[in-house]
Amino acid sequence: MSRRTIYLIVIVVLLAAAIFVDLPGTDKFLGMEPKTVLGLDLRGGMQVILQVDPNYTGEFTAEDIDVAKSILESRTNGLGVTEVSFQTSGERYIVGDLPGVTSTEDVVDIIKQTGQLEFVDTAGVYLEPGTEVKTDLGSTGEVIDPLVGTLPGTETQTETIYHTVMTGDQLDEVGVTRQGMLNEVVISFTLKPDGAKTFAAHTAANVNNYLAIVLDKKVISCPQIQSAITEGEGIIQGNFTTESANALAVQLRYGSLPIPLVVEQVRVIGPTLGQDSLDKSLLAFLIGFIIVTLFMVIYYRLPGFAAILAILSYGAITFAIFKLIPVTLTLPGIAGILLSTGSALDANILLFERMKEELRAGRTAQEALNLGWKRAWSSIRDSNIAALLTSAILFWFGSTFGASIVKGFSVTLALGVFVSVFAAYFITRNLLSLFVSLIRDPEKHLGWFGL
Amino acid sequence: MLNILGKRYYFFLLSLLLIVPGMIVLAIYGLPLAVDFKGGSLLEVVFPAGKVPTTEEVVSIYTNYGFDNVTVQTALGENDVHNILIIRSPDLTTTINGVESNPDATKNLIVADLKSVSGDAETYVNSFQNVGPTIASQVANRAVLAIAIAMLAVVIYIAIAFRGVPHAIRYGICAIIAMTHDILIVLSLAAIGGKFFGWQVDSLFLTAMLTVIGFSVQDKIVVFDRIRENSGVLRRLPFEKLVNHSIIQTLQRSINTQLMTVEFMLLALALFGGVTLREFAVILLVGLLSGTYSSIFIAAPFLVVWETKEWKNWFGKRTVEA
Repeated sequence: MSRRTIYLIVIVVLLAAAIFVDLPGTDKFLGMEPKTVLGLDLRGGMQVILQVDPNYTGEFTAEDIDVAKSILESRTNGLGVTEVSFQTSGERYIVGDLPGVTSTEDVVDIIKQTGQLEFVDTAGVYLEPGTEVKTDLGSTGEVIDPLVGTLPGTETQTETIYHTVMTGDQLDEVGVTRQGMLNEVVISFTLKPDGAKTFAAHTAANVNNYLAIVLDKKVISCPQIQSAITEGEGIIQGNFTTESANALAVQLRYGSLPIPLVVEQVRVIGPTLGQDSLDKSLLAFLIGFIIVTLFMVIYYRLPGFAAILAILSYGAITFAIFKLIPVTLTLPGIAGILLSTGSALDANILLFERMKEELRAGRTAQEALNLGWKRAWSSIRDSNIAALLTSAILFWFGSTFGASIVKGFSVTLALGVFVSVFAAYFITRNLLSLFVSLIRDPEKHLGWFGL
Repeated sequence: MLNILGKRYYFFLLSLLLIVPGMIVLAIYGLPLAVDFKGGSLLEVVFPAGKVPTTEEVVSIYTNYGFDNVTVQTALGENDVHNILIIRSPDLTTTINGVESNPDATKNLIVADLKSVSGDAETYVNSFQNVGPTIASQVANRAVLAIAIAMLAVVIYIAIAFRGVPHAIRYGICAIIAMTHDILIVLSLAAIGGKFFGWQVDSLFLTAMLTVIGFSVQDKIVVFDRIRENSGVLRRLPFEKLVNHSIIQTLQRSINTQLMTVEFMLLALALFGGVTLREFAVILLVGLLSGTYSSIFIAAPFLVVWETKEWKNWFGKRTVEA
């Protein structure tokens, strides 16, 4: 088999795979899960950028920001908003994307609210971690008047209101240690004086009962009281691994956000605007592509036809890659695709112009193709490397801030440039070589090459 | 053969004629920076029934919450009715009745007021942006840095890629001169667009600018690459002839790539791509055109100007007298 045949087979296989991934129904491919992710500007939603309060003079580390980020994530997930993503950005920013959220009544407030950690008397019941509970602790942080509130455990089963023994602000220190013969991982804690008194009284009266640890009304752990804790020091046992113990310790320690955050930026895109932009830019792309196809085929004839096939393959492969990674598609991202399509065409045009020169110089079609490519390659290589350099700088710019639109653009541009060079290098060249070999005496039909 | 280089000073003049008016507008009115770069809020509200509050009503709502410097624009919505209000104001983080209010909460209050003034129950928010002052100034600084780094990277890359050619660094510097030309053209356009069509310089604009730089480099490299190749083959030709020859050889590619394909794509985007992308597309359209133009009429001619050290003749014999 000639090298060309092997290449063509590889191309066909690759294209078949790409088209399979592109199909709307495909959700599994070689262990990956292809999906189309639309950015906020196309589907509507809200983006918030939170910043460490500039008035906050205390020190904080990157770890603090990470902890705050995961707390925000679990809180907004609790709101029922799907596909929330929070990302840290730079040293003091957290960028939150909340797709589909457009009525923003409480979202920002909930994000800003400090987490509430409670130690809850479960009235003898074991509560699975993750269970949502109601407690007699008001959202304002004050204990509801017991005369007005319902007595613990007397409500109907679905609406049990549990008694809050103590809140997280009474915790002094939390750590992870190992103890006992089995070297078991446990969480140790010490309490502030007030908390120690409350805790002593409660644990003494409730040995063998459960004491649930509840963060933002959600049970995170439900240890059993094994003995009265009178010294204000205790441990929580519970089949922990080092990781799960550390995670719980972090939640105990930072039940409220470790650092004060303020809203620095809010963007809301209505869903109609997003859909409208998406439809229109797709239409624009289609119209542009048809014009370009006509031009290429009329001007370059046979090579133009090969180029259009290469560009279509480029499109199929790029889209498949976007679905596999997955790359979030935004309006600037679509613009990036449009431009890398231009770049893909440029590589073809550079090649064809060189080919024509060689044909005019009297070479055979096959020679002209090989020589033309050899001559065009240095321009294609250098100009595309320059484009990659620029997209790398754009990417850096976009990641340092909430300028995520710039980032989206650079990612699609860079991917597009890679695939476009590949398309010109393998697809156009091999297809054209195949076409030329299929024509008898191609040199007698120079018109087919646009001469 | 077409003699492009012989008329180089006419082309330099043409570029100046295009750039200078824009620069004057820029000097007088400044760049129309969007909230991304200067902070503040941008609220777009749609009144489907068409009962749009007047500018005075809007301004008085904002004044109630303690904001001045509010500008109001109407925009064309569906069915060709001017039923969209675009309101620009300072950062909406404020204190209302002694309670600190985040921008989103303030916006909700304002929208509620707008709704009651209009009486249109269907009123909804199309888009809302609120950018605090710290992040805005950081983004602006970083943007300038990004452009500077992009240009530096290009000089270095060209110097390396052309290391076999005499005076490789000249190619890099001439590319930078031409790219500065493209940046100035785009800035002029933005300043004029800002003055006459209410355009705003936002992150999308920055994206367009950086793309123009990236593709402008591609163009320059294609022309320079031909000069590089020809300087091996046509060593006997005077440099000016050689460069002119290289320009002519790449002209067809430049026209086909830029005018026939990329520009058509962008034109389609500008005409059919919806409001959000129109400004972006127009800036790219002009910027990329300028990029192609400057490869042929600025970058390559400057190489010749440098090679023949023409600046010695620019001021006639006056330099000798002085």
